[in-house]
Amino acid sequence: MRGITKRFGAMTANDHIDFQVEQGEIHCLLGENGAGKSTLMNVLFGLLCPEEGCVEIDGQPISALTPRLAYQLGIGMVHQHFMLVNHLTCLENIILGNEPGKVVIDRKQARARVQALSDQYHFNIDLDAPVSDLSVGMKQRVEILKTLYRGANIIILDEPTAVLTPIEAEQLLSILRDMRTQGKTIIFITHKLKETLDVADRITILRGGKSVALLSAASATPEQLARLMVGHDVVFEIEKPARAQGDVVLRVEDVRLLQNAQSTVSFEVHAGEIFGIAGVEGNGQQQLEEIIMGLTRTKGGRIFYQKTNLLELSLRARRKLRFAYIPSDRLKQALLSHVSLQENFLLGNQYDPQYVRRGLIQKKALRENTLRMMREFDVRAVSAQQSAGSLSGGNQQKFVLAREVSKQPQFVLACQPVRGLDIGAIKYVHNVLIRLRSEGAAILLISAELSDIFQLSDTIGVLYKGELMDVRKAGAFDNESISLLMAGRKEAQADETNR
Amino acid sequence: MKRTAKPQLPALAERLIYSLAAVVLSLLLATIVMLIAGYDPLKAFGAMLNGAFGSANAVANTLSKSIPLMFTGFAFAVASKGGVFNIGGEGQLYLAALASAVTALALDGLPRAVVLTASILAGMAAGGAVGALIGAIKAKLRINEVIVAIMVNYIVSLFASYMVNGPLKAANSMTAQSEAISSTYLFATVIPRSQLTTALYLGIAFAVLIFFLFRSTRLGFNIRAVGENAKAAASAGISIAATTIGVMALSGMLAGLAGVTEVLGKYGRFIDGFSPGFGFTGIAVAVLGSNNPFGILLTSLLFGALEAGSMKMSYVANVSTNMVMVIQGLVILFVATPEIVSQFVRRKGGKRNG
Ligand SMILES: Nc1ncnc2c1ncn2[C@@H]1O[C@H](COP(=O)(O)OP(=O)(O)OP(=O)(O)O)[C@@H](O)[C@H]1O
Ligand SMILES: [Mg+2]
Repeated sequence: MRGITKRFGAMTANDHIDFQVEQGEIHCLLGENGAGKSTLMNVLFGLLCPEEGCVEIDGQPISALTPRLAYQLGIGMVHQHFMLVNHLTCLENIILGNEPGKVVIDRKQARARVQALSDQYHFNIDLDAPVSDLSVGMKQRVEILKTLYRGANIIILDEPTAVLTPIEAEQLLSILRDMRTQGKTIIFITHKLKETLDVADRITILRGGKSVALLSAASATPEQLARLMVGHDVVFEIEKPARAQGDVVLRVEDVRLLQNAQSTVSFEVHAGEIFGIAGVEGNGQQQLEEIIMGLTRTKGGRIFYQKTNLLELSLRARRKLRFAYIPSDRLKQALLSHVSLQENFLLGNQYDPQYVRRGLIQKKALRENTLRMMREFDVRAVSAQQSAGSLSGGNQQKFVLAREVSKQPQFVLACQPVRGLDIGAIKYVHNVLIRLRSEGAAILLISAELSDIFQLSDTIGVLYKGELMDVRKAGAFDNESISLLMAGRKEAQADETNR
Repeated sequence: MKRTAKPQLPALAERLIYSLAAVVLSLLLATIVMLIAGYDPLKAFGAMLNGAFGSANAVANTLSKSIPLMFTGFAFAVASKGGVFNIGGEGQLYLAALASAVTALALDGLPRAVVLTASILAGMAAGGAVGALIGAIKAKLRINEVIVAIMVNYIVSLFASYMVNGPLKAANSMTAQSEAISSTYLFATVIPRSQLTTALYLGIAFAVLIFFLFRSTRLGFNIRAVGENAKAAASAGISIAATTIGVMALSGMLAGLAGVTEVLGKYGRFIDGFSPGFGFTGIAVAVLGSNNPFGILLTSLLFGALEAGSMKMSYVANVSTNMVMVIQGLVILFVATPEIVSQFVRRKGGKRNG
């Protein structure tokens, strides 16, 4: 790709980028949120048409690229957000749009080909399972298999590991290595430097829409990569002042998270405390999140917020309590993607007299506050009129954070708050949570990232198969003991604090 | 990631171009059909144009034919903003028409303003109730609204039909219709001896109201939020069930106005089977007008003109009035399959997206 320039209105997302990938390599594309990575790849895949520059494949310049043509040229893409049809099976999803047979689909032939590919790369997919039943990791494999089935030689993966558990991520990396051995070329976007150094041959770094470096992974260090991405030195440590705990703000009593869990969960979060829930995703995190927010009902158990039992309140009454809620799936649960940022800011604030008076939206106050929060939280966008869906993945996350924090909450429910964020933004989010803690908010942090849990939490609970394995002060855990608990192994321990 | 989110204004302009292209394309195809069938398309379209806009009376006729479509168009648009596919406009407008006729007849003798207001409100309430019922079944029992609405359409229009064939049938009348409402209680005509009544102003007023609703009010915002992303709306404390029922009630009231304005504007009584499918044509009107109230004013005018011009077309050029249905059908087809139109627009408009 040469001299690629792509503008969105006044915003230049890609500014004369040269990007070159060699046959049979794993090439990592790094950069801050909004650096233009997804945009560049969408250009390569023909989803976006650049204002300037050209794409060459095997030395041939390609004009008027479309996704269909890209597939014919052997380019496949797995998007940041999946594009599978939920009620179809894996096999059906894979062959969708490219079914063998003239009129009637030749299932036998399709199955044989897909199975062969699946075996070749050790995918371990049950082809007849409906996609809706699969874990994220499996869905991703289906997406990859789909590109392979269509004959892709160059495969673009946009932040594939952001939503994976550590084990799934490790498995994905080994699949990628496998594919490289078999001659495929892979372009891999990630924010995780360790992964990058693990798997990449070469690395291109984008910053502010420009390509700033191309280096070989063998000689790179994490500090160097971080500096190139951000443009200045990055301090990885953050400061967390000691703070006395206040009163109990949220008390969860006897709530059953998973139907087949052996016991219920109970815990307390105090004012000025960050309570971290560690654990591999899929162990009840989603349920805990939705039960606290009232999105799913539970039988039995109680959840007290100060003196009121949340489970007896309507959604709207809960919202009046001004919880800050950062859902794990921001696009599905926190944003209206075709609607302007300004109106997205209103979402959840629509009963605040500052923004709506006598049923009428106060446009001016809304716009001013939206812009102010966006500046404060460094949400990079052209205007408040831009639609939420047009923000880069990381900036969407920052926007949700900005909106929720601006409510000056007493209680914060932060689920996977740093997923998909660059290192600078992660640090920023950490600082915001710590600031809220200093202001006396009670914070329930649900995260699959151990680094989040360790850096932020005052108290840590480990969730496994819907049960809290152990709850202790942060200092009482180390990396190893927590990993064991996350895998379901409870050590014989004298001081069981599991209430 | 999808290629969404272009800035607001060009998006609107683009939709306008698409709608125009759909109309142009269907007129073109209709021309071809006429050529094949051996008619003179120039003569036919000339007659149609003449019939629709050729004189003050023709214009009045066009406008009056567009009024019910306007309301059913609004009804569909409002519901679809809230994520509900209201195909029940037909049933809603029948019950509304019946309710307004019954009210006007029952209050006979009271002052004009009172009777007119009461029967408009009664019609809206009846239409709204049918809408709310469909909304409630969808929200509470989780049954697809399309199926429910189709069934309700039958039930309601057959009920109305029964009423004017039986208990409410006008004395000494051969046809199934109610008694005539005294002409003092009807909408005033704008142009004498035409069917164009002040109901037109009501339509324009509602376009402005709907625009304002979605632009500036919390209610409109909540409706859009639920339509756009129900899960996110629920997280934000918006009740999905209440919004769905509410938006369907609103939609039903608007569809109801189509029935009310026909009864109190054109016929002065409830006539069995008076609607030639306004509820369904309204869907096309709304989609072609991309659910924008002012867009709907324009497209209802277009559909009204087609209807009004069809008579003239049939006796001048000998082309059956059914040709208009062909054109309407084609418009719907092109609007429903944007791919075809986008190919067309791209070729015509040069390289838009490359
Ligand atoms: N359709 C669009 N309309 C307007 N602006 C857009 C659009 N798509 C992307 N942008 C802008 O272009 C910039 C680059 O976005 P891009 O999605 O490429 O970032 P990214 O590097 O993938 O970031 P992330 O790591 O957060 O996913 C962002 O500032 C974004 O707001
Ligand atoms: Mg991205």
